[in-house]
Amino acid sequence: MNHLLSIDDLDRAGIERILDRAASFAEVAGREIKKVPALRGRTVVNLFYEASTRTSSSFELAAKRLSADVVSVRAATSSVTKGESLKDTIQTLTAYDPAAIVIRSPHAGAAQLVARWTDAAVVNAGDGKHEHPTQALLDVYTLRRRLGALDGKRIWIVGDVLHSRVARSNILAFARMGAEVTVSGPPTLIPRGIEALGCQVAATLDRLPEADVVYVLRMQNERMHEAYVPSLREYAARYQVNAARLQPHQLLMHPGPVNRGVELSADAIDSPQALIAQQVEAGVVVRMAVLYELLAGGPAGAAEAAAVEAPEAVATA
Amino acid sequence: MSAQRLFHAPGEPAELLLRGVHALDPRSDLDGPHDVLVRDGRVAEIGAPGSLPAPDGADVVDGEGLHLFPAFFDPHVHLRTPGQEHKETLATGTAAAAAGGYCGIVAMPNTSPTLDDAPGLQALCAQAERDAKVPVGFMPAITRGLAGADLTEMAELRDAGALGFTDDGRPLVSAGMLRRALQYQRLCGGVIALHEEDPTLSGQGVMHEGAVSARLGLTGIPSISESTMVARDSAIAAYESGRVHFQHLSCVESVAALAAWKAAGAQVSGEASPHHLTLTDEAVRSLDSRFKMNPPLRTEADRQALIAGLRDGTIECVATDHAPHARHEKEVPFEEAPMGVTGLETAFPVIYTDLVVPGVLPLALVVERMTAGAALLDLAPPRIAVGEPANLALLDLAADWEVGARGYASKSENSCFEGRTLRGVVRLTIAAGTVVHRAPVEVAA
Repeated sequence: MNHLLSIDDLDRAGIERILDRAASFAEVAGREIKKVPALRGRTVVNLFYEASTRTSSSFELAAKRLSADVVSVRAATSSVTKGESLKDTIQTLTAYDPAAIVIRSPHAGAAQLVARWTDAAVVNAGDGKHEHPTQALLDVYTLRRRLGALDGKRIWIVGDVLHSRVARSNILAFARMGAEVTVSGPPTLIPRGIEALGCQVAATLDRLPEADVVYVLRMQNERMHEAYVPSLREYAARYQVNAARLQPHQLLMHPGPVNRGVELSADAIDSPQALIAQQVEAGVVVRMAVLYELLAGGPAGAAEAAAVEAPEAVATA
Repeated sequence: MSAQRLFHAPGEPAELLLRGVHALDPRSDLDGPHDVLVRDGRVAEIGAPGSLPAPDGADVVDGEGLHLFPAFFDPHVHLRTPGQEHKETLATGTAAAAAGGYCGIVAMPNTSPTLDDAPGLQALCAQAERDAKVPVGFMPAITRGLAGADLTEMAELRDAGALGFTDDGRPLVSAGMLRRALQYQRLCGGVIALHEEDPTLSGQGVMHEGAVSARLGLTGIPSISESTMVARDSAIAAYESGRVHFQHLSCVESVAALAAWKAAGAQVSGEASPHHLTLTDEAVRSLDSRFKMNPPLRTEADRQALIAGLRDGTIECVATDHAPHARHEKEVPFEEAPMGVTGLETAFPVIYTDLVVPGVLPLALVVERMTAGAALLDLAPPRIAVGEPANLALLDLAADWEVGARGYASKSENSCFEGRTLRGVVRLTIAAGTVVHRAPVEVAA
């Protein structure tokens, strides 16, 4: 694997390999010195064309914990605002000889284009409404830790599926790991033809109690102005996941940031069933594993892999 | 009204003997080996193969194994002039037409400024008389600035040479405005060509709405955004006894609506593009912006409906919607890229390769549909017949070529067939009596 652009780049074994490595990095994260030397001397560029807190900070931290040099470029503060094209920006950044470029873009396929224009490994950190593969990986990681395997688990993805790259990557990843996925939300926010991704569609939450996992999507305020829903009040009345709708056996997830009182009620967010904090925590180790897989995986990476097992060596190096 | 409707730079009249070609022209009931003599830019004689002597000074082309068709006519291209000459000019656009075997093309008015008044049209016609290798007709806008609010001076534009009228690039949203234009058509003639799209349904869509758009997270353009407008505007045309032509039809529902209104007696016609006839939205999975056009590539069922419509005549003609864009404009994420693909240089070869070779459509029918656009615009269709101006395309249907391998005659390279090996090479094009294209000859191996 040269790039991670889509969940389709990974088969089940590939997902498991990355998540197993993430688990080994989680051990490192518990130690006093959290760094491994795997990417020492190599450069990772984070290029973010959209606001992001958790994705950009966790990619940055992941690269640093692998001892890479990190350059973070924000669209707002770069020459992007001066009208430079994506291609020109990539050519400029390529002059720094990055080992990896992590890109977040408001446009589907941006990461794919970048991969065509650079020799660096490219990681899609979210492209338009298309995909967000590392989010899906960290969600699978979080669930695996809690449930063991996802085989036969029923996962409901609730909310604005139409505008959600998280929904698309997660439907694919959950299904690939053996789960049965159902999406539910206002019919105006369920894209026609979504079943082709390998999920079922439910117009109401009536059957929600059958779910093992309830994965709630962010409901963006602007959707109301675009007349997808008549009001957030009406949305919440029908689709908000709250303590009354959540069954005791169910796990609750959300990619963040949460609109309290819209897609989730406060009591649901703060319930022990919620895995939201664990998802954020998983972000760093899973992104470490992705960068490791792309840059140090395979035979050449075996030596560094040993260092993961013996992090003490780093301290003395 | 006998205003000139097609404009091109004067060229040298061809003196040519095409020896032993397989001449195929359904309108002339011609389908077999012949000698065809062109003198002073006209078809002078058609005889048995090897029967015609070469006159002094005539160029003799060994046509053994080659096919001679009436040259093609494209009622729908974008030449980007004036205002966007970095994409295409009259010279490069007509060179692309010549390379594709065309003897006539019709330019759309979505230029900058919009082609919407007589002085603008006269200037463009004069420019075509200097720069155009192949005859070009112009369709000015129905409404000023393509804004959909005020009619252009249609009668004056017709006198200045307008072939017809269109707001192509944009739909004519207002039903009332179309009705006014059709009422005015009774005064000035000229077909009204329509890009059908209800913007309240197509919204910010960038591709066909369906399983592929759901997968890619791209906003969809539903088929009904086109077909409801085809049905609406057919009803208006019938009511006003007007004549409308539907551009670049893309979906099964539109073909059905067109067929129903034709059966009801409405004066409606339709065109389909080579890309809609041969590709589907599956191609967009690549997120390659060369597959972004409006209307979008749709499903296999839609493609089959277009083929069936072309076969049974519901759709009268093939039109490329040749829409050049500069490389840097297309080298952006899919959603950001402008709509449109080039088509003049690949139209016949792609239809031949994907539809004729596999036996989906007969060759004679394809030749008829690729020349029928002229008649829809009240022009004489190109023919292989004695006394007619020479509008001829000589093709090698046994030769393969790779699209883009030798570049393009067009100024732009946004072909959705780039890299494909196609069968059918245009060896020679004669347009309005002049040789306008001759392939580097390593003719007929």
